[in-house]
Amino acid sequence: MKMIVGKGSCGIAAGANKVSDSAESYIKEKGYAIETSVTGCIGMCYLEPIVDFIRDDGTKTTYVMVNAETIKEIIESEMKGEVAAQYEMPEVDKIRLERQTRIALRNCGIINPEFIDEYIAKDGYKAIEKCVTKMTPEDVIDVIKVSGLAGRGGAGFPTWFKWNAARSAKGTKKYTICNADEGDPGAFMDRAVLEGDPHALIEGMLIGAYAMGSNEGVIYVRAEYPLAIERLNIAIKQAEERGYLGENIFGTNFSFRLRIKAGAGAFVCGEETALIASLEGERGMPRLKPPFPAQSGYWAKPSNINNVETYANVAWIINNGGEAFSAMGTPDSKGTKVFALTGKIKKGGLVEIPMGATIKDVIFEIGGGIKNDKQYKAVQMGGPSGGCIPAELADTLIDYKALAATGAIMGSGGMVVMDETTCMVDMARFFIDFTCKESCGKCIHCRVGTKRMLEILTRITEGKGEDGDIEKLEELALTIKSSALCGLGQTAPNPVLTTLRYFRNEYEDHIYKKKCTAHQCKNLVSYTIDADKCKGCTLCAKNCPVGAIEGSIRNPHIIDAAKCIKCGKCATSCKFDAVIVD
Amino acid sequence: MSCCCNCAQASADALLKNGIDVSLLQPTLDKYAGVEGSLITILQAAQELYGYLPVELLNYIALKTGNKPAKVLGVATFYAQFRLEPVGKYLIMLCQGTACHVNGSEGIEAAISEYLNIKDGETTPDGLFTLNNVACLGCCSLSPVMMINGETYGSLTPAKVKEVLASLQAKEAEAK
Repeated sequence: MKMIVGKGSCGIAAGANKVSDSAESYIKEKGYAIETSVTGCIGMCYLEPIVDFIRDDGTKTTYVMVNAETIKEIIESEMKGEVAAQYEMPEVDKIRLERQTRIALRNCGIINPEFIDEYIAKDGYKAIEKCVTKMTPEDVIDVIKVSGLAGRGGAGFPTWFKWNAARSAKGTKKYTICNADEGDPGAFMDRAVLEGDPHALIEGMLIGAYAMGSNEGVIYVRAEYPLAIERLNIAIKQAEERGYLGENIFGTNFSFRLRIKAGAGAFVCGEETALIASLEGERGMPRLKPPFPAQSGYWAKPSNINNVETYANVAWIINNGGEAFSAMGTPDSKGTKVFALTGKIKKGGLVEIPMGATIKDVIFEIGGGIKNDKQYKAVQMGGPSGGCIPAELADTLIDYKALAATGAIMGSGGMVVMDETTCMVDMARFFIDFTCKESCGKCIHCRVGTKRMLEILTRITEGKGEDGDIEKLEELALTIKSSALCGLGQTAPNPVLTTLRYFRNEYEDHIYKKKCTAHQCKNLVSYTIDADKCKGCTLCAKNCPVGAIEGSIRNPHIIDAAKCIKCGKCATSCKFDAVIVD
Repeated sequence: MSCCCNCAQASADALLKNGIDVSLLQPTLDKYAGVEGSLITILQAAQELYGYLPVELLNYIALKTGNKPAKVLGVATFYAQFRLEPVGKYLIMLCQGTACHVNGSEGIEAAISEYLNIKDGETTPDGLFTLNNVACLGCCSLSPVMMINGETYGSLTPAKVKEVLASLQAKEAEAK
């Protein structure tokens, strides 16, 4: 029997290490014949820690939300040949997994990422073998062209085109670079691949390198992902030992060396020219294009940069054919896309679905709907460069063009779900605060413009909004869009523009009525007590940190608005729903 | 810093007085000597060794790597990872990513600030805790999240965060 503990960063954060420590010492103590192993993230973060038991006859049971104590009960049941049904993964969640089409995540949460043999057993390194022994680089590019694979980092540029450009670029040395600087707040698709299936990335890069005629690669990983770096290092070492990386791969004259470069924390380094500057040890500031990296990139040599998820699809495409990949999706967007579903969602985590599904499918069918059954308001896609898509557009297809038409973007795959209690002005302020801090400072409109936008948005959320503020925001937004050098700057105003487009009334309520309907902006919220509902239990007065509530027992209480700091403790403590928040 | 005297040694001696033994960094400097584009890697190694990068150390690295001090300072201040001030024994990295924001990270920050009486970027007078707001830690489904010295704490509430801090304080008091 084999026990597999899910140890992605999220699993570990939920206590997976404590579970495996407890299990291992228990198994040792009892002398049970159970082999233990680990795997990456299966994407169902809301059920972590997750433990699989695979019996000798090949049957498997998945247990969820396991802790250091319940694991012992599960082990006992399994040893008796019984399933510990109370801890088993519920049927609805199994269906959630079955509804997905997993290509980039094909091995995540299934294999042990620290053992190359488990990857090889899943047809690992077969695709690169096929490429170098049976296909010309042009054949490889053709297959990728047929597949319709486009850059999964956000821009959606056709992968074959970039590879072809790098292939035809003149220059002796070419670099194959992977952008694993996943900086969008609310996105962790790449982390799942890096931690759960690092060999899929390595194989994808090998295939890309072969197609482009490159023999050196670099993976630029953000420093905030220590576990990803550790597992990548292990994977590279194992691939070198087996001869998949190094000189004369599969006995051919194709050679490829791969190394890791840890980023140091700068969102703008997700932009390819900034990433190159950072790789060269400089401040990560974007450079003017052209020349494009395919002509003159890292150390002024032709360089190709793809995102982790893009590379993770490549080996599958070579093994299954370009047509199999392009059979999924819409005319404009082929294959599948991984999304990180977070925010006010019941079942957050990673999902991989074919392009062409609707936003509603993802949020309600796979994500289980809105937390606490509140009203669905909007979804933020594409991180700080994207936009908020309102509930009425929930039928929008997951498709590069359809999403762009809403003002948002496909982005790298962050999907932050918002409900009625999310203030859209505050959301816009949050994103501008982020881009303002992350602006590299090179272009004045981005550096100063985002700061001015932040000041305006802050004063609106503080109840000091003035007539004309909306127009000023629009003017600044359009100026930044048209005058910033890089993608970060050009897209920085998108969250403001989309919230203005779909939730203008909220801005107007804040400015003219001094109201925040979501009750998020403290200065615009007032607390009063409904005298009819108040039973005089004194609970609110006891909980008030500033003594702003007065009243005697069994008599209605009153909040002194002058003393009130609007912490909301009275409303959460009241058992009779007597505190009116307006 | 450009001179032919023994200023690298003088700089090293001055750093030693502040508890920074540059000889520990020498293997890293040797490893990357002449390797172009390795400045960030060297700074990361230095911060790993000393916990922070005082300006004197940056100047020393500039001397040793043949970079201008302004360039080294420029790189060190560009990236969020590098700290020019020492941090507390426990570094609280509070996630301010989108998912955490939507799920109430501001309330968590207020609870930490109230409990420890420090703001973002500050260290408690006893040198135990430093609070740093960070962008996304990538554990969005456990939001709001914080990481203290590599350990992640998820699904935080103001009460839970105070419990965590109190238990760390208790552990330190016991150790004394």
